Amino acid sequence: MTARDGQYDRRRGLRRFVQLEGVAKQALDTGHVRLIAVAAGFALCFLVIAGRLIGLTALAPRDDGANLPAEARQVHSARAEILDRQGVLLAGNVRAVSLFANPRKVMDAARAASQLAAVLPGLEQENVLRALSSDRGFVWVKRQLSPRQQDAVNRLGIPGLGFADEERRVYPLGRLAAHVVGFTGVDREGLTGIEKGRDDDLSAGRTTTLSIDVRVQHALRAELLASVEEFQAIGAAAIVMDVHSGEIVAMVSLPDFDPDAKDEVPADNLFNRATLGVYEMGSTFKAFNTAAALEFGLAGLTDTYDASKPLRVARFTINDDHAKNRWLTVAEIFQYSSNIGSARMALDLGPDRQRAFLKSLGLLDRPQIEIPEVSAPMVPSPWREISTMTVAYGHGIAVSPLQMATAYSIVVNGGLAVTPTLIARRPDEQNPSPRILSERTSQSMRELLSLVVEDGTGKQAKAKGYLVGGKTGTAEKAGAGGYRRNALLSSFVAAFPIDDPRYVVFVALDEPKGIKRTFNFATAGWTAAPAVSRVVSRIAPLLGVAPAPGPAAVPSDSLLVSVSKDR
Amino acid sequence: MIDFGRTDRSVVGRWWWTVDRWTLLVLLLTMAVGVFLIMAASPAVADRIGLESFHFVRRQILFLVPALLALFGMSLLPVLWVRRIAVVGFVLSLVLLVGTLIGGDSIKGARRWLDFGGFLLQPSEFAKPTFAVFAAWMLSQRVTQPGFPGYTFATVAAAILIGLLLLQPDVGMTLVVACVWVAQMFLAGIPLFVVAVIAAVGAVGAIGAYALFPHVAARIDRFLDPSSGDTFQIDASLNAFGNGGLFGTGPGEGIVKSILPDAHADFIFAVAGEELGLFASLAVVILFAFLVLRGLVRLLRESDLFVVLASAGILVQIGLQAVINMGVNVRLLPAKGMTLPFISYGGSSLLALAIGMGFVLALTRRRPGVATMNANRSVISRAQVTGVAGIPISQGGAS
Repeated sequence: MTARDGQYDRRRGLRRFVQLEGVAKQALDTGHVRLIAVAAGFALCFLVIAGRLIGLTALAPRDDGANLPAEARQVHSARAEILDRQGVLLAGNVRAVSLFANPRKVMDAARAASQLAAVLPGLEQENVLRALSSDRGFVWVKRQLSPRQQDAVNRLGIPGLGFADEERRVYPLGRLAAHVVGFTGVDREGLTGIEKGRDDDLSAGRTTTLSIDVRVQHALRAELLASVEEFQAIGAAAIVMDVHSGEIVAMVSLPDFDPDAKDEVPADNLFNRATLGVYEMGSTFKAFNTAAALEFGLAGLTDTYDASKPLRVARFTINDDHAKNRWLTVAEIFQYSSNIGSARMALDLGPDRQRAFLKSLGLLDRPQIEIPEVSAPMVPSPWREISTMTVAYGHGIAVSPLQMATAYSIVVNGGLAVTPTLIARRPDEQNPSPRILSERTSQSMRELLSLVVEDGTGKQAKAKGYLVGGKTGTAEKAGAGGYRRNALLSSFVAAFPIDDPRYVVFVALDEPKGIKRTFNFATAGWTAAPAVSRVVSRIAPLLGVAPAPGPAAVPSDSLLVSVSKDR
Repeated sequence: MIDFGRTDRSVVGRWWWTVDRWTLLVLLLTMAVGVFLIMAASPAVADRIGLESFHFVRRQILFLVPALLALFGMSLLPVLWVRRIAVVGFVLSLVLLVGTLIGGDSIKGARRWLDFGGFLLQPSEFAKPTFAVFAAWMLSQRVTQPGFPGYTFATVAAAILIGLLLLQPDVGMTLVVACVWVAQMFLAGIPLFVVAVIAAVGAVGAIGAYALFPHVAARIDRFLDPSSGDTFQIDASLNAFGNGGLFGTGPGEGIVKSILPDAHADFIFAVAGEELGLFASLAVVILFAFLVLRGLVRLLRESDLFVVLASAGILVQIGLQAVINMGVNVRLLPAKGMTLPFISYGGSSLLALAIGMGFVLALTRRRPGVATMNANRSVISRAQVTGVAGIPISQGGAS
């Protein structure tokens, strides 16, 4: 290799160096420019993602059901509460979730159905499978799950299921006023009781305040339960009504039910005996007969009727249970509950006046009240003479306990009309009531009712410290082919305090059985009257009824008295 | 923080003053967010499949140890060693990928994993960053050695890798690798009309995937027309963001994790959106944006083409995964199984990502004596630098 060659090589090498450097520099410059393009592309991507995030969260409304299927959305609205007259919650709402499915998105319907049936009691696997196998976009699987059930379903991790928030109707006091309050269906539409009767108001969000006082309601129910248990009755009904306003302060029907578990309740428990049941009331009807006789001026309290022997009319014979076998005054007829005397008074009254009078007390028409479970009475048709005689002592006519309480309120309140209600009336709500009977008749009736408790068939209705007046009624229930001697409806209607009545208490026991303590009697005086006594003792203080002055009201051997005497 | 003097000449001391500490900080932050979100999301998943509640949390924390070591260890390497390790790693990954096809565990219809004594290794995760470095080497050689078929080699490597991934099949990984390859070719200076041709081929490939793989077709159909099939996961994910609102339902209070099978992996972003709210999920977006954009912008000052291409390749890979994952979560993209880098649960993914970012940190360390674009450079020093790609010039001293 020559020196010249070497110099050439070096020069070529240097040129190559320079050339390479140029290429590298150009490549690097290109790279840098394109790097900016790549970075800009990424920046754009991140910005789009950030924008989408803001759109999904900040701009989209929070999950208020808007993204739920239409079927799931409509259950969102709030239903108003039902309160008692003191503001105690009787029906309210709690948040609950309901499980729905989009069957088109459920991959393994059979597996999903068996898993769901395993964690959700009361769910039929075949039904779920059928629903999940359908070609619909929305099916309810189960409504109103507990949080625990929701968690269990979530843990299954089944695709295609979803939860919709909704509110579940709850009844914090359970059975206490179940028949009055009623209950709703799964879509929270009212089905029975106030829930049905006031459905429009409640679903429009208007709170309903009942005339019911839960304290009185509890006392009434507790005492009624005790009597049902003691006398092995198949059922019972009771009402406490304000005689002036017609407000029902307490209303109980037994057996009752838990509205939160209404699905497992036998139909008999749902039956409201206080309003839907109509019964031949028996002797309690004599109050109306006597009031009519007094009102129409047919007889005074001291006028007498022949009750010395059974009364034969056509093929019927009318007997007395507590027969005196002599002539009785009008007062005595009522006091000793004489069927014969009552029938004779009714004959004087005549069918037309009798019907008109009973109609004015609301006993012949379907009563108006805010719950749908109301029956029309069963009245004689045609209304013959014999009907007039039997109706006088409460047979051949069947009315509801609600009607009895209302009619008694009119009889004892001074004779003014009463419209029964389950809704609390405002104190200023004074509507002038038409007069049904005279003040004087009402006064006489109070005296007669007082007499029955003082010295008549209703002695056991006496309540220590309070003046109670009332009337017993023991009716044999009609069965196939006649009256059944051992199936009684024993009732007692009381008013207290009888000198200036404020409340009427109606208690009826359905088929009570006589026990040893009552000498095997199951009649009203032995069964319903003591219950009324206990009820009055308990509720009078709650209702602000002062004890009557007199020896009965003063504790005779109180320690306080003796101490103060010593001083 | 540990304090190193400027004059500290130890390996760690030099590392501390030359490494990009901002990127390092954001990486550690992202991994911490990952553990936090897995803690929130995974117990529901673990309970559902019968594992102990904190199974995934424990495992993820366990995976963090080798991942942090790899991140730190790799970032200590000089450029030459990064290249060497990556090339060996790439070849090894290819071998293991072949292994998955022969003796791999099939999970959900795909052979992607190799069982190493209870630890399921996913070789494709490691193939991604090592491929990026290998391709960068090939492409930069083309510049330094005229006539070197750099485009061809890089393309052949990409083709082999893509072929193996499609055989598993793993369409998501294929997409990422293809994009990394295109991005690197683009940065290396292929004419724009070739880019257009590749884009056209890519479109054909996408249509091919649609035609060849039924599950791909189904997912795209569902994205275009949600009513055509099961969009349960996406719907649940979208509801999660709406449910979370601005501030979220609170950690642990979300419900999406209990209904999504992959809440701790592919849909962890939705869990973040639901439980921590908009601001936290925006923060996650910002973390990734910072990581990728800062990395790319820093390369503008880099004068070594190999460093630029390798780092950019890895950043594109990570950025793309983040964008796809978050895009799927917020329904900007069709459903695609893709992990959220450093946050989703997964050992292989975490370790491979740590190695990849370790590479980037090592490559982009400030090397004393390496001139930056803004500085005056002598022709000779550049010649020496580029004579052997990637060797720092400091060894001999400049000029």
